[in-house]
Amino acid sequence: MRNQIMELVKITIDGKTVEVEKGATIYDAAKLIGIDIPTLCYMNMGDMNIKHNPGGCRICVVEVEGRRNLAPSCVTPVMNGMVVNTHSVRVLNARRTVLELMLSDHPFDCLVCAKSGNCDLQSLAQRLGIREIPFQGEQSTYRKDTSPSIIRDMDKCIMCRRCETMCNQVQTVGALSAVNRGFQAVVAPAFEMNLDHSPCTYCGQCISVCPTGALTEVDHTRQVINALADPKKTVIVQTAPAVRVALGEEFGMEPGTIVTGKMAAALRKLGFNYVFDTDFAADLTIMEEGTELLGRLNKFLAGDKKVKLPILTSCCPAWVKFFEHNFPDMLDIPSTARSPQQMFGAIAKNYFAEKINVKREDLVVVSIMPCVAKKYECSREEFSTNGNPDVDYSLSTRELAQFIKQANIDFNSLDDEDFDRPLGESTGAAVIFGTTGGVIEAAVRTAYEIHTGKKLDKVDFQQIRGLENVRSASVDVDGFELKIGIAHGLGNARKLLEDIRDGKSEFHAIEIMACPGGCIGGGGQPYHHGDTSILKARFKAIYREDAGKTIRKSHENPYIIQLYKEFLGKPCSELSHHLLHTKYFDRQDDVFVD
Amino acid sequence: MSHIKFKLNPEQLTELKEVCKSFNNDKGELINVLHKAQGIFGYLPAEVQEVVAKELKISVAQVYGVVTFYSFFSMMPKGQHPISICMGTACYVRGGEKVLDEFKRILNIQVGETTPDGKYSMSCLRCVGACGLAPVVMVGDKVYGRVAPDGVRDILKNYE
Repeated sequence: MRNQIMELVKITIDGKTVEVEKGATIYDAAKLIGIDIPTLCYMNMGDMNIKHNPGGCRICVVEVEGRRNLAPSCVTPVMNGMVVNTHSVRVLNARRTVLELMLSDHPFDCLVCAKSGNCDLQSLAQRLGIREIPFQGEQSTYRKDTSPSIIRDMDKCIMCRRCETMCNQVQTVGALSAVNRGFQAVVAPAFEMNLDHSPCTYCGQCISVCPTGALTEVDHTRQVINALADPKKTVIVQTAPAVRVALGEEFGMEPGTIVTGKMAAALRKLGFNYVFDTDFAADLTIMEEGTELLGRLNKFLAGDKKVKLPILTSCCPAWVKFFEHNFPDMLDIPSTARSPQQMFGAIAKNYFAEKINVKREDLVVVSIMPCVAKKYECSREEFSTNGNPDVDYSLSTRELAQFIKQANIDFNSLDDEDFDRPLGESTGAAVIFGTTGGVIEAAVRTAYEIHTGKKLDKVDFQQIRGLENVRSASVDVDGFELKIGIAHGLGNARKLLEDIRDGKSEFHAIEIMACPGGCIGGGGQPYHHGDTSILKARFKAIYREDAGKTIRKSHENPYIIQLYKEFLGKPCSELSHHLLHTKYFDRQDDVFVD
Repeated sequence: MSHIKFKLNPEQLTELKEVCKSFNNDKGELINVLHKAQGIFGYLPAEVQEVVAKELKISVAQVYGVVTFYSFFSMMPKGQHPISICMGTACYVRGGEKVLDEFKRILNIQVGETTPDGKYSMSCLRCVGACGLAPVVMVGDKVYGRVAPDGVRDILKNYE
């Protein structure tokens, strides 16, 4: 095919001339020359293939010479010779009026709003210097909807519909849509059911992109504080791999700063009796899931036609709920291994509690997660014994940051501290769970060595790494070509799943993470406000942390070896199955009209 | 929301799928599909929307979004005797709203709703071209002219 020559058009914006590709919008062109036109609905995470420009909020209007009306810059394509003014009196007045009208139908509870300080509406009101709302009248009201992970407060919705794009186009979950019209318009599940009666997976990507406090996570900080204050309770904490490469952002550090040591120190200061690491359980996951993968592969290689391949990872609770809703005919394909959060909980309450002579009911397990679906996961019935959950509370990265600030801890000046033993020791393989491709790379490191009995020369599998939406790689395991598929974002996962259903999938193993980027882009992470460079910085930091570890293969973690020796026996043993594996449920009928 | 449970029988299901197919299961044709579907069932119960969503490969939430956006679409089955009260200019200035209020009071339903026994449903319309008879009320195909609030009960008596 002939190379397409880019057609350029020349336009002038605020007196500056710029040449841009034909088809670009005024908004894009302005951005190129450093003019940041404000907007509340536009969202463009180009390299993640996420774009949303409904032209709905009308904040980005600009004046185009020769045009009668103001033009919404995010949906107006550039034309040769166009002369644009982004800050004429007419534009500034219109923009102000639009915002004032929006604010006239928005609650004034910024002081107690979960999004305060991170709210696009609030910062725009600040930026435009709004000091009073000239419009007074009725305000729209809608019931608050609380689910295990996500709170919908539609009184704060400005109908930008970013969440709708994330939920439908990117994640293909289809829980949310704009419904009704005019003053009654809200974003809601079908038939205005509550979220917990919808196919919502609690991935939280809607929260990540919501410009206001309309979508927020359920906050469990108070319960954790109460547990810490209770002298009868022993409170332990586990921290997911992706938290340590993002938490620093909440304290003004550069994206990609690794704060593992400071985080452990802060948690100890907060009063947790033991500061442990979900990474320990990630190593354990590899032992179980890797063994399961090898078991299925060996059967397959021995000619067993019925063996279920590819095997799918099962660490991500949003992904688990997604396939339970959408692929109930394929519940026997995913690995039965529980997620690291739940493996940690089961080991803590069944092994560690006994070790330190504390009753199960008196041990409180808290997890720090980059995720809001983890809140839902720890509330799932199968992960509790006699009503006592394996993991009691799950806090997001954002909630932990808030908690640290609340406790007057000067995070930035903390000296690095280490995790406690035994459940705090981990390997580089566990750290990379925090990004797309990491779980499967960790599994390959262990499966390779166990299967071949040989040592890997190099543990870095570069062919697996990357941020492309769907990737495939193959790894030579002693002459056998192991074919691996990787998807992040549930819409991408759906494609791989449909291939399997149609018998077109060539893969032996597939890793899936619900959030774009994997856990580094999780719904509970510090808000990235659509800036993909932040995700890339976190991505690189994860691999830096891995490279800095002395032990980089899960099966070499000495405390994992000890755990099997003392307690579990061997991977996929009867006790392992009881404590570390799970089953999945057909959730098609969970979606119903009240 | 409909309180009357609706269940598609196999023939209706096939018919609905045929409608979707006649528009090539194209999600861009959603409004046309819903239009036809309402023509068949008289309204768009949840189950109909679920089938349409599945056939057109879009979320039920989005189908519901369109159904609730356009006032033409209804999730309420029409009553045995659909009542339409004209709110056109002539009828309005001659007291159409008072007539409407009386219907609301007696039937205890709002515009767009159906009585729990399924007997009456109420809607507003804009001008039936009989402005000389304003205010005008239609029940089914029958037109009542010069209706006063105290005449509402007499009209309903015809349908008891």
